[in-house]
Amino acid sequence: MSRDPWDGRIVIVGASLAGLRAAETLRAEGFAGELTIVGDEPHPPYDRPPLSKQVLLGRARAEDCVLPARRETGATWKLGVRAAGLDGDGRQVILANGEHLPYDRLLIATGTRARPWPQPEEAALDGVFTVRTMEDAGRLAERLDAGPRRVLVIGAGFTGSEIASACRERGLAVTVAERGPAPLIGALGGTVGSWAAELHRSHGVDLRCGVTVTALRGSGGRLTGAELSDGSALDVDVAVVALGAVRNTEWLADSGLAAGPKGVACDAGCRVVDMYGIVTDDVFVAGDVARFPHPLFQYQFLALEHWGNAVAQAEVAAHNMISRGRERRPHLSVPAFWSSQFGLNIKSVGVPTFSDQVVIAQGSPEERRLVAVYGYQGRVTAAVTVNSAKSLEHYEELICTGAPFPPGPDAADHVPGREPEPSDVPDPRGLTHGPTVALTGHLPDRRLVVLRPGG
Amino acid sequence: MQVVVDLNRCQGYAQCVFLAPRVFELHGEESLLYTPSVPDDQRERVVQAATACPVQAILLGEAAGVA
Repeated sequence: MSRDPWDGRIVIVGASLAGLRAAETLRAEGFAGELTIVGDEPHPPYDRPPLSKQVLLGRARAEDCVLPARRETGATWKLGVRAAGLDGDGRQVILANGEHLPYDRLLIATGTRARPWPQPEEAALDGVFTVRTMEDAGRLAERLDAGPRRVLVIGAGFTGSEIASACRERGLAVTVAERGPAPLIGALGGTVGSWAAELHRSHGVDLRCGVTVTALRGSGGRLTGAELSDGSALDVDVAVVALGAVRNTEWLADSGLAAGPKGVACDAGCRVVDMYGIVTDDVFVAGDVARFPHPLFQYQFLALEHWGNAVAQAEVAAHNMISRGRERRPHLSVPAFWSSQFGLNIKSVGVPTFSDQVVIAQGSPEERRLVAVYGYQGRVTAAVTVNSAKSLEHYEELICTGAPFPPGPDAADHVPGREPEPSDVPDPRGLTHGPTVALTGHLPDRRLVVLRPGG
Repeated sequence: MQVVVDLNRCQGYAQCVFLAPRVFELHGEESLLYTPSVPDDQRERVVQAATACPVQAILLGEAAGVA
């Protein structure tokens, strides 16, 4: 490494939200060296959340979702080329076109991609979509404009639910198939999930839970229908595969770093850990592809597919890339996300899946306005609001201070007679949709190995 | 000019909706939808909206990248 942290060569692999904000932070904090940003998509950084909302509703064009810059980065952009490998000893990134990019410090921000439909021939049928990229959303919006007879959404996580919501708002017939018992259950647990199921149905969604799609059928290369595990069949001309995301770590397979399907492991300062668990000092990670220990959640490794985390973690990673020793900062921000569906604003702070109980502390499902507070072993770990965003800040404070759960009789939000119930967080393996927060470590109190004395 | 709203921060005060209704729109009581690419004739209104936002959730800038 160059001795001056503000000089030398920095390569950022990943040209989406995290990569862009990291580049801007590096410059804002005085990095004066060479900066190169690599992205596998041909586009400059764009914003993904509108793709399943405004774009599918026809209120914005997919190609208009380019992110605003905070400042100039003076970076060399290599777009439309994938990183194929990493030579950590030689400090160079190997691109799919054969080019080698030397670096002094590297930021990994390769994010995730949509999990594809597992049968490639079925996935290739005209009418089968995923929604992750600008092209995906643009093509699907076009198809929805054409007025399909029925849309099948496979997976009822946030993306699947938002897609179903957009279809209903357009007046299209839609079926949602989910292997788990309710929508959103992977992120919010069963109690809130059963409310979400009612929400889907009251908006005219044909919601089928506890089933899987066993086959997509086509004729002449076009999708015509789907078969479900309960023996039923559907005539559909559009199917949207919303099975969650796959982390883009394959290019790091031979890098010697702790990178795999759960993400790229790092320390609290975004420094990547190698396969022996030893921290590196020249490779950093940020965004959806990172898994990092969080002190508010018992130092479990979290992998967050959240817009806000991509920004916050990119800023910390960039700061630490050009800082020494005690000038470095930990990435401690409280996880938060939002979703907009069926005309409701759903927001979350903390980690709802890190819970054993939940209580509806304000409002009620009937009012379509509520605050659900989650607790784990007697302290508040998360809150989810529906059309009650102004309450969220208060609960963030409770999470950060480890406030007792459930809210006591003196608490302003205590409702007499409303008792906490199990939050009913399912094993993510039983869901169609992947959860957007993955606890990728193990709780110290969950013993996974039982030693039995012999004899 | 491009716009992005930090919807973690947004609390639905809707000042932006009053100031630049062609770019910002409430969907239901509290969900904000916006047009990421600001039409030229809306720039001034969008700048006002960003300034007026009580939680400063609106970021404006030229399109990122490749410059």
